[in-house]
Amino acid sequence: MTAPGPSAQTPALPVLDVERIREDFPILSQQVNDHPLAYLDNAATSQKPVQVLDALNAYYRRDNANVHRGLHELSRRATDGYEGARTAVADWIGAASPVEIVWTRGTTEAINLVAASWGGANLREGDEILLSEMEHHSNLVPWQLVAQRKGARLRYLELDDEGRLDLEPLPEILAGGRVRIAAITHVSNALGTINPVRELADRLHEAEALLLVDGAQGAAHHPVDVGELGVDFYAFSGHKMCGPTGIGVLWGRERLLEEMPPYQGGGEMIHTVERDFSTWAALPHKFEAGTPNIAGAIAMHAAVEYLRAVGPAEILAHEQMLVGYALERLGTLPNLRLFGPTSPEERAGVVSFAVDGVHPHDVATVLDSEGVAIRAGHHCAQLVMERLGVPATARASFYLYNTAEEIDRLVRGLGTVDSIFGEG
Amino acid sequence: MQDPTSQLNSLYQQVILDHYRHPRNKERLENGTVEVHMRNPACGDEIKLQLRIEDEIIVDLGFTGEGCSISQASASMMTTLLKGRHVDEALSLTGRFTSMMHGDEAAARDKELKDLRALEGVSKFPIRIKCALLGFDALQEAVKRTREDEA
Repeated sequence: MTAPGPSAQTPALPVLDVERIREDFPILSQQVNDHPLAYLDNAATSQKPVQVLDALNAYYRRDNANVHRGLHELSRRATDGYEGARTAVADWIGAASPVEIVWTRGTTEAINLVAASWGGANLREGDEILLSEMEHHSNLVPWQLVAQRKGARLRYLELDDEGRLDLEPLPEILAGGRVRIAAITHVSNALGTINPVRELADRLHEAEALLLVDGAQGAAHHPVDVGELGVDFYAFSGHKMCGPTGIGVLWGRERLLEEMPPYQGGGEMIHTVERDFSTWAALPHKFEAGTPNIAGAIAMHAAVEYLRAVGPAEILAHEQMLVGYALERLGTLPNLRLFGPTSPEERAGVVSFAVDGVHPHDVATVLDSEGVAIRAGHHCAQLVMERLGVPATARASFYLYNTAEEIDRLVRGLGTVDSIFGEG
Repeated sequence: MQDPTSQLNSLYQQVILDHYRHPRNKERLENGTVEVHMRNPACGDEIKLQLRIEDEIIVDLGFTGEGCSISQASASMMTTLLKGRHVDEALSLTGRFTSMMHGDEAAARDKELKDLRALEGVSKFPIRIKCALLGFDALQEAVKRTREDEA
């Protein structure tokens, strides 16, 4: 196959004006190793548009102050910005109220918060926590920690051969009556699989269990309405959705958050402090000890506005178009194995693959020398690697600013890999 | 500064690919006196190195493992270089190889390092240096353990 132009095989109707979008991301227009950068590592972190960079800059140049305590103009502005961001995020994911939005450092801290606070208060010896083989370590290790502390047991949903959750054993697992909470990812970071969250939520609720969803790859790549999803907790990060690092969100049902004990103690989260005890601030501040990442929240607000203007459904459609194109092009290469669901509709913008006889790190190094940035490794998902029977994979992951031409360059780079490593 | 293509060619020289495809001493040494399991948690590369050390001489050594071409070729080259050497000599060679990885050009001219000199190109790829050093990290740990046991 001779390298076709993007228009040769991609769908006729572009869903996004990518050229226009790319103008918002200054980082993308640079040379890396003498080639234009093709940034295909979005599942690790996304790039940031000028709108987000400007929001950070404007906050620090004009409004910077601590929140909720200063009786002065700057503090009022900082508080307004911080709380306004909370309202915007609540609206973005369909939360019933902004008090259900707890700012965290990211998805990992949000999951740790629920595992430690809800798990600490509610799990008893012999209780079960349901996870899946697909989980990122950030949705495994916090549960291992609380399970060890409380004498609870971890159960796992397994993957089928295409990297989908195998739900067949679910009725039997739930019939045991011991599962108190399930923690499942919305979208697999290693395979791109989109999970049937609504169905899981319904079946868990029938069994009187809760569902926490790891939305690190979900909120960035998929429209999210927590009400429609029917989940109990939803955790996600700013940096994977055009926002800055160090800011993330735990959404939880108000009633659940209300009943949970604080996660960390400190300023901002208290109502009154006595010598031997304290009382807690109202939601959501009960879970926000210390000076928060004010600038991060404000910049995440800008990211939400940016994604809202582009349209989350359009972004997903664009990613699925790129995934379809990548699967088609990569599928023609000999000695290359693709992982994950074969149909693009079942996945978000992630393509994991292995080149026979070449370690993914070597694939990544060769691609990097041509300016193509991918991830190679276990993707913090060692259980997935075990299931696939490989120590690591190479992963290309797409976002709203990626193009079919960049996938052509990925394919060309894999030709270089073959010319270096191919036998004879 | 070299252009990226020639940097790439110097990274993946034939001798390196040969050690990667046909590693030497890549089988578990059953009568070893010490075994070390080294893993790079960031990328998943791993090496299990077995040594048979008698009177401070590395009489035999073998390894098993999984990882990128650089980590596996480096371990293979290391085993051929160190067989029959005194432990102090092995540590000295380790030091010189490490210096080469960190850009020391004099170390790169050291013929004593034999095939390992082909890995000089790795020093231009900072994130891959730890791959090249994985086997040597295992060696140093093995020597340390042996000496602790004897102390």
